[in-house]
Amino acid sequence: MIFWRKYIDPYWKYFVLGPLCIVVEVIGEVLMPKYLAIIINNASRHTPVYSINIMLLMVITAILMMAGGVGGAYFGAKASVNFAADIRVDIYKKVQSFSFANIDKFSTGSLITRLTNDVTQMQNFINILLRMSLRAPGMMIGSLIMVIILRPSLSLVFAVSIPFMIIFVAFIIAQGLPRFSKMQKKIDNLNNTVQENITNSRVVKSFVREKYEVEKFAKVNDELKQSGLSAMTVMILLSPVINLVLNFTIVAVLWYGGGMVLAEKNSMPIGDLSAFISYCNQILMSLMMLTMVIVMSSRSIASSNRIKEVLNEDTDIHDIHAKYKDKKVETGTIEFKDVSFRYYKNSQEKVLDNINLNIDKGTTVGIIGPTGSGKTTLVSMITRLYDPDEGQVLVDGIDVKDYSLANLRNGIGMVLQQNILFSGTIEENLRWGNENATKKEIRQVASFAQADKFISEFNKGYKTNLEQGGVNVSGGQKQRLCIARALLKKPKILIFDDSTSAVDTATESQIRAIFKNELADTTKIIIAQRISSVQDANQIFVIDEGRIVCRGIHDELMDSCDEYREIYYSQIDRK
Amino acid sequence: MARDIKELQKRYGAYSPTKIKRSLPSMRGPGPSHAKEVEKPKNASVTIKRLLSYLSGYRLQLITVLIMLIVSTLSSLIGSYMLFPIINRIARVETTIENSGKLATKVDEMLGSFRDIVFPFIEERLKNEHSADILIYVFSALIILASVYIIGVIATYVQQRIMLSITQGSLAKIRDDLFGKLQTLPVEYFDTNSTGDIMSRFTNDVDRIETMFSTSLIHIISGVIAVVVTLIFMITTNWILTIVTVVFAPIMVKSASFIAHKSRKHFKAQQVSIGSVNGYIEETVSGQKVVKVFNHENECEEEFVVLNDDLREKQFRAQFFGGIMGPVLGNTSQISYGVTIGIGGILMATAGLTPGALTVFAQYARRFSFPVSNISQQMTAIFSALAGAERVFNVMDTEPEALTLDNAIKDKIEGEVVLKNVTFGYDPEQVILKNISLYAKNGQKIAFVGSTGAGKTTITNLLNRFYEIDQGEILIDGKSIYDYDRDYLRQNIAMVLQDTHLFTGTVMENIRYGRLDATDEEVIEAAKTSSAHSFIMRLSDGYQTVLEGDGANLSQGQRQLINIARAAMSKAPILVLDEATSSVDTRTEKSIQIGMDRLMRNRTTFVIAHRLSTVRNSNAIMVLEKGEIIERGTHEQLLEMQGRYYELYTGIKELD
Repeated sequence: MIFWRKYIDPYWKYFVLGPLCIVVEVIGEVLMPKYLAIIINNASRHTPVYSINIMLLMVITAILMMAGGVGGAYFGAKASVNFAADIRVDIYKKVQSFSFANIDKFSTGSLITRLTNDVTQMQNFINILLRMSLRAPGMMIGSLIMVIILRPSLSLVFAVSIPFMIIFVAFIIAQGLPRFSKMQKKIDNLNNTVQENITNSRVVKSFVREKYEVEKFAKVNDELKQSGLSAMTVMILLSPVINLVLNFTIVAVLWYGGGMVLAEKNSMPIGDLSAFISYCNQILMSLMMLTMVIVMSSRSIASSNRIKEVLNEDTDIHDIHAKYKDKKVETGTIEFKDVSFRYYKNSQEKVLDNINLNIDKGTTVGIIGPTGSGKTTLVSMITRLYDPDEGQVLVDGIDVKDYSLANLRNGIGMVLQQNILFSGTIEENLRWGNENATKKEIRQVASFAQADKFISEFNKGYKTNLEQGGVNVSGGQKQRLCIARALLKKPKILIFDDSTSAVDTATESQIRAIFKNELADTTKIIIAQRISSVQDANQIFVIDEGRIVCRGIHDELMDSCDEYREIYYSQIDRK
Repeated sequence: MARDIKELQKRYGAYSPTKIKRSLPSMRGPGPSHAKEVEKPKNASVTIKRLLSYLSGYRLQLITVLIMLIVSTLSSLIGSYMLFPIINRIARVETTIENSGKLATKVDEMLGSFRDIVFPFIEERLKNEHSADILIYVFSALIILASVYIIGVIATYVQQRIMLSITQGSLAKIRDDLFGKLQTLPVEYFDTNSTGDIMSRFTNDVDRIETMFSTSLIHIISGVIAVVVTLIFMITTNWILTIVTVVFAPIMVKSASFIAHKSRKHFKAQQVSIGSVNGYIEETVSGQKVVKVFNHENECEEEFVVLNDDLREKQFRAQFFGGIMGPVLGNTSQISYGVTIGIGGILMATAGLTPGALTVFAQYARRFSFPVSNISQQMTAIFSALAGAERVFNVMDTEPEALTLDNAIKDKIEGEVVLKNVTFGYDPEQVILKNISLYAKNGQKIAFVGSTGAGKTTITNLLNRFYEIDQGEILIDGKSIYDYDRDYLRQNIAMVLQDTHLFTGTVMENIRYGRLDATDEEVIEAAKTSSAHSFIMRLSDGYQTVLEGDGANLSQGQRQLINIARAAMSKAPILVLDEATSSVDTRTEKSIQIGMDRLMRNRTTFVIAHRLSTVRNSNAIMVLEKGEIIERGTHEQLLEMQGRYYELYTGIKELD
């Protein structure tokens, strides 16, 4: 509860007023049978004006109740919507602060679900809670009080029926909750099966596995049906049993109450007996409502835990302890000192193992090696997307941990393996590199990246809208836009993580020529699959299983490095 | 440079929720029933008929349900009606036709007649009571009352239990039908509809139908019975009070439809806003790594807050209007209750209405107005269920893949493939392939190269009849592919696709997908062929390692190797490799070359690859550009030509 205080406090008024409004409604509901009793007890002894007065009182009460109910809806909506919106912002901000390791831990898909579905679940829960939590117990307590006031001795029937009900409700909850959570799993299962079938429709068809898939689905579908039956079989006991108890309570009230009315005339007015019956109704109905709320809310517990997980996650990369927060990357030298890294802190296998390297400013460095050898992880350490477990990464001779994250990353341009562009125009996307760039600068970097030409061919040029994920440009064009975006930063260090794989070789060599001529002062690190992408580099590192196995220039490596030669010959067929 | 709200909404509101490819199926949340979107079905009567057809197998059960529903509704009404003479007796008021109506007098008489049966049982206790007579009456009446209640409760349970089976059974049937239908739909359907959109039919729409079957229908039927019977009881009790109560019904119905109308409007606005927020989340969280590299966290946060605040506003309105339905209707019925009782009080003072009659009437006033307000609320649920059912049926009505002819050929396929002047476009306006002709002899390897969008993948889409050719024809072993049995044709073409989707399940199961009756040894053999064996053995549980559908636990390259192993299971004479090794590094690619060669031996193979080294040793290479084959020949011939292929290749040429 303390955890959620932060989201409740700013809206505490709504959180208080909502239930208060509901209390108005509940009080009204509790009073209504009392009015009935008054009329029945007294109407025949008074003039019609008496009844009219009570009637007015009842109508006013009902109007107040409506106001209470509407107010409850108003404040309930205010509280729950704001509560959820604030949580959404906080999760979003938290995700923004996450390091790559944090993101990898949760996976993108799960983060998105938490931000959308889980928050909505919480919102619904709060809304129900505010509107029902006081209502059900309020009705119950209110009615009990009225019952005791009306006739303490008669209210003893509840001493029998209420404990019985509580035991029964506890039984339903104990039986129902695990069954519902099992059902939820089956639902997830079914959804998963459908989703996979849809995304894999080509696979299914090309292997002619439609029948197999239908059988697979029939199985999960049947499981869902069975678990639904088992969960609901428990739940449908609720209403008949509560009704039975309610009805027997009424019978008991009539028998004992009737006896009281008869035994000493006027000691229990007949109207009170009517009211008593109404209160029986209210007490047991509120119990039923409470049970439903508890069972139905069980799902939001899972959601709230999933949200907590994100919000409680420690961002493992931050710059709180940075020593030189104002320092910027100025020259662009890089040094790795005994750097080791594991993805999972308890795993044996090192992704990077004792890496030592020096990169001079303005030089071009090539990194080559098989997939999974640790190339991407290695360059990610320069921008602190990951922090080394052991050792140090220095930029301009200063530990990267001593820069502010903003300054460090501003000084380094990185083109990632995945070409991600965002909804918006081409220009807007490029401006990610520098918000204040002039049009001229934008065109210049675009032409450096060999993108200006194709951009200009679009009808709207730089104002062309990119759909999500940049679907209306080809892979090669996307890569060039990503390159231009990074170039606009005018970084001291430029990192290419396999970022020209979809660019044809001729264009790629033009880009390389630009690097040489126009970006002579920039340190360039190029991860590539193709030997041609790195062969002109001043220094090439060949990486395998997290270790630098060879280093040198192309010709040296051709002489001395088996791995390098192997890669070379896998691309150039030479007998 | 945070963009303003209008621009953001235009952008993100436009592509979601329908355009989000990754589906975010909204789970069956507890979602308060008032918070559901209010929709209107387009053709209600047809949809209802069709929905009912799912219930037709349960005729007997439904009749039982109906009977039980009538029994339980009646017993609950009769139960409360019986309170009337009982209370009158206790209050020592004579129940007469004048003060209580004919029916009540009859019931009173009937209850009285039971006293003789009951009397001996309580004789002892009553000896000293001066009101023994009344007590005997009450006691016998209560026994009957209790019996009526028990019957009602049993009927309720039986009705709910049967309805539960019917609901779960028919919904499972609907889901089965929907899924079965989905399997017959052409690839085009999946290409043009987003996963999220199709998914929501399985989740949201089926859920709504469930709510309708399990709750709304019962509420409405029992509501109607209750209203009618209550009305009869009310009239026989007191017609003046009846009129007072009934007057409020149209007011409730009117306000229900007014609120429903209002909230429909706000729910729509909310949906749009949710769409943009989710779209924004989807995009920026997926692109989180870029956001970090460019220090764009603050801008993203700012934009998100703008969108989120808009959602806050819209969502509040939608929730509020959705939330007032209950209190407004509920308390309108309280007003009606108050007025009825007040006038009842006047009648007690002036026209001798009995206390029992008023007590009972008070109950009736509730029992009448509760179903009226309930039915009004359930109607919105029914409308939304019908709209959902319509969407489900829409899928079921989608044209399936063309049926195979009865005389379809199932001759053994050797693997000779001929394309004759094939022209095709996904969209008639835009031709993707123009006049493509080629000839592949049994066992030959044909490669397609060219830039993205040149039409390489499209050719393979046509080959196994994912899409139908517009003009020209494709012949396999001299016969048109359309003359073959479609499934048989596909069984004879093994494909390794560009997208490396796997299924949730073990590695073993995923590879076995290629041939379901394969033994474990054969699966391992295939994995060895595709060089997947060694990394599989390094996984935590080897071949029994459970893979996640989105493959979070495997690298792209590893997934491709499993894909290849899966295709290797199949003994099809024709093989299509669409960028099958694009994410495998060149050295690994080289190492699987022997396996690949074995895989391709004696099979007609079509290779699509970006990497030219992959296609070098093909019998023929087709260079595609803008849907046309601009060059064709062997690697050497093409290099000699010094054309496009040469240009593409020169990047590597420079090395020498």
